[in-house]
Amino acid sequence: MTPLGFQFRDVERGRALQARLERAVARAGRPVTVMHVCGSHEQAIARFGLRARFPGQLRVQMGPGCPVCVTDAPEIDACIALARCGVRILTYGDMLGVPGRAQSLDDARAEGARVDVIYAATQAAEIARETDEPVVFFATGFETTAVATAAILLGAPPANLFVLSAHKWVPAAMEVVASTSGGRIEGYLAAGHAATITGWGLFEPFAARHRKPVVVAGFEPLDILSGLALLVEHVVAEEARVVNAFSRCVTRDGNARALEALFRVFDTSGGEWRGIAYVPAGNLTLRPDFAHHDARVRFATELASAAPVVERAHVAECLCAAIMTGQALPTDCPHFGAACRPDAPVGACMVSTEGVCRIWFEHGVGGARATEGGGA
Amino acid sequence: MTDDRVKLAHGAGGPAMRALIRGVLLEGETHAETLAMDDGAAVPFGDRWLVFSSDAHVVQPIFFPGGDIGRLSVSGVVNDLAMMGACDILGLASNVVLEEGFSLDSLRTIQSSVRATCTEAGTRILTGDTKVMRRGEVDGIVLSTAGVGITDRVVRNAGLRPGDAIVVTGTVGDHGLAVLSARNNLGLRGDLRSDVAPLNGLVRAALAVASDAVHAMKDPTRGGVTGALVEMAEKAGVTVVLEEASIPVSHAARAAAEVLGIDPLLVANEGKALLAVARDRVEVVLDALHAHPLGHQAACIGRVVENTGSGAVLLETGFGTRRLLERDSDPLPRIC
Amino acid sequence: MCLGAPGRVVEIEGMSALVDFGGVRRKVALDIVDDPVCPGDYVLVHVGFAIRRIAPQDVAMTLAFFEAMAGGEEGLPPHVMGPEEPS
Repeated sequence: MTPLGFQFRDVERGRALQARLERAVARAGRPVTVMHVCGSHEQAIARFGLRARFPGQLRVQMGPGCPVCVTDAPEIDACIALARCGVRILTYGDMLGVPGRAQSLDDARAEGARVDVIYAATQAAEIARETDEPVVFFATGFETTAVATAAILLGAPPANLFVLSAHKWVPAAMEVVASTSGGRIEGYLAAGHAATITGWGLFEPFAARHRKPVVVAGFEPLDILSGLALLVEHVVAEEARVVNAFSRCVTRDGNARALEALFRVFDTSGGEWRGIAYVPAGNLTLRPDFAHHDARVRFATELASAAPVVERAHVAECLCAAIMTGQALPTDCPHFGAACRPDAPVGACMVSTEGVCRIWFEHGVGGARATEGGGA
Repeated sequence: MTDDRVKLAHGAGGPAMRALIRGVLLEGETHAETLAMDDGAAVPFGDRWLVFSSDAHVVQPIFFPGGDIGRLSVSGVVNDLAMMGACDILGLASNVVLEEGFSLDSLRTIQSSVRATCTEAGTRILTGDTKVMRRGEVDGIVLSTAGVGITDRVVRNAGLRPGDAIVVTGTVGDHGLAVLSARNNLGLRGDLRSDVAPLNGLVRAALAVASDAVHAMKDPTRGGVTGALVEMAEKAGVTVVLEEASIPVSHAARAAAEVLGIDPLLVANEGKALLAVARDRVEVVLDALHAHPLGHQAACIGRVVENTGSGAVLLETGFGTRRLLERDSDPLPRIC
Repeated sequence: MCLGAPGRVVEIEGMSALVDFGGVRRKVALDIVDDPVCPGDYVLVHVGFAIRRIAPQDVAMTLAFFEAMAGGEEGLPPHVMGPEEPS
């Protein structure tokens, strides 16, 4: 059986969609700037080499769409503090190398902390069941991932499983970015998998308020090219509406069952997004009903008495914030590729495989464009 | 970052490991053969070349779908020798470091796998050493194997020339994905198996039909096809262009890679070789590879296009071009 | 942002399904999937949970959508907004 996604990687149709995107940008007769709000879009754009053939007048900027990158350094520091107390930590592979203010979980592990990587949220409960000691699940990710954490907590988890939530609610951050971009961003490519949970209807007030089109798109090459073509066509036509170009997964109202689980377990609250800003209602925190599984409650004493963190060098000059809000490119950062590399990252954007800097560094986005004579 | 301690990335085959080797292990080293950092070392031996290589093996789990640490320890060193053209292996030395409490049954199984793999490669263990460490001082078992082979012509991994075709001897990504899946209890079921195998017979078959046309070889172990080709391209100062659609990937590895978000070009292979072959001889080489049981899925996956001086590997995806750059550590399953 | 892989449901056992991703299979939790699933359906899977049933007609509609988009006519293909309402 061919995996479903491969049906949506047909090169011939891709070429036709690239041509349609070219026509749309040509009709604008000027540079068009749009933003995707999703690290997976950037991943796919890099993986399939799409950026090399974007029309020269099209600027596709990257928004705050990487949950690893926006996990705030103090949230990571809290997890490291618990790990240093000897608490066993489970987390997703993405988080291992992300630096807090002083260290990453990987550093803590090199010094003896017990940190294990899980791939499925269900493994957290399974691992906790095998032991009597407390196990902390450092749960990161947007609503798409948070619904899985919610399902675990609603599914009679073992009493020794504690969740340290760093989950985030994306629509809140889109609002912040749209409000601070000064109107430079002319349209938004919204994340198909997050919208699978929230539904596309959620973006209607956003599109109306900011008078910009929003296209919800999936992650296969044909999804992204179709989404971008429709987005630019709507920018040109000045139609500020929501278009669902990922209707095999996204409905107007989203996944009601998952949303119900999400808000039975989590409340939204304001919090810092690393490199972005304070985002009102941007964090997903455990409701009081789940205090008995909340690592922040169970380990309140340990967290309160954690040693103060000494910030590493270069952190203050890190351009992650400007890069994630579309105001700078990785190559604008003095540390990019020099002091900040995947094996010695300064900012989170260089750690996550969804991080813009990491993707640019590894897929050589700038380099591939240069080699190809600037696209085309 | 705390940079005064060794981290896992220092052993993962990427830039961190090279920095460790250059900055600590090779500090002050001046011998050209050592600094070449090839898969093994070649020293003149009469009018031929003596090639020797060694490889330390640690793998978790020690038994994995498609193989075990015993098969790996023999294949690893045999393949390093074969990649330099030394397909006739004179013999191997095997050092076994065991943890107190290690199961003797497991050790017997591993040892019979070592013997069977030696037979497959037409060689044997001639000498060795055994040490036992206290519980907790080593993780189960470490196998360190060294080998010696002889060849008339040494093939360097830096020998790529513009115009060469890049050939891979079979599907890529199988070993890394099978071990990753077994190690992390990912619950993936299916035909995800390591490709671990000694390649000297396969390489001999290729060299027999076109010895002088094979300009470079390397086995894409840690760091995968990307890591190996980037190193080859940088050493030779050339640009390599790969056609994504022509790179063979098994159904199981392709599906596992999709599910885990891992690029099959970045994970280890233990039974594959990359060959740079003169363009006009590539069909002959492919025929020879296809006729061998370990090479029936061999394919031409790209070409060397130019002397750039710096070295780069580009991937033609059909939708555009992407530049391949190695990662600093083994990929982990990711959620985003 | 969130890695999602579509796979096809092979069999269902209570609140979990065995899902074939085209060469490897894995157990997937059905606690939060939007619609009841049957063997043969595709599901979108993220961190071990099915988060969306993709019915065969959704796949056909996607292919038709790309066909229309690639066909050259500008404007919104008919399939682009639907089917919104869960059936």
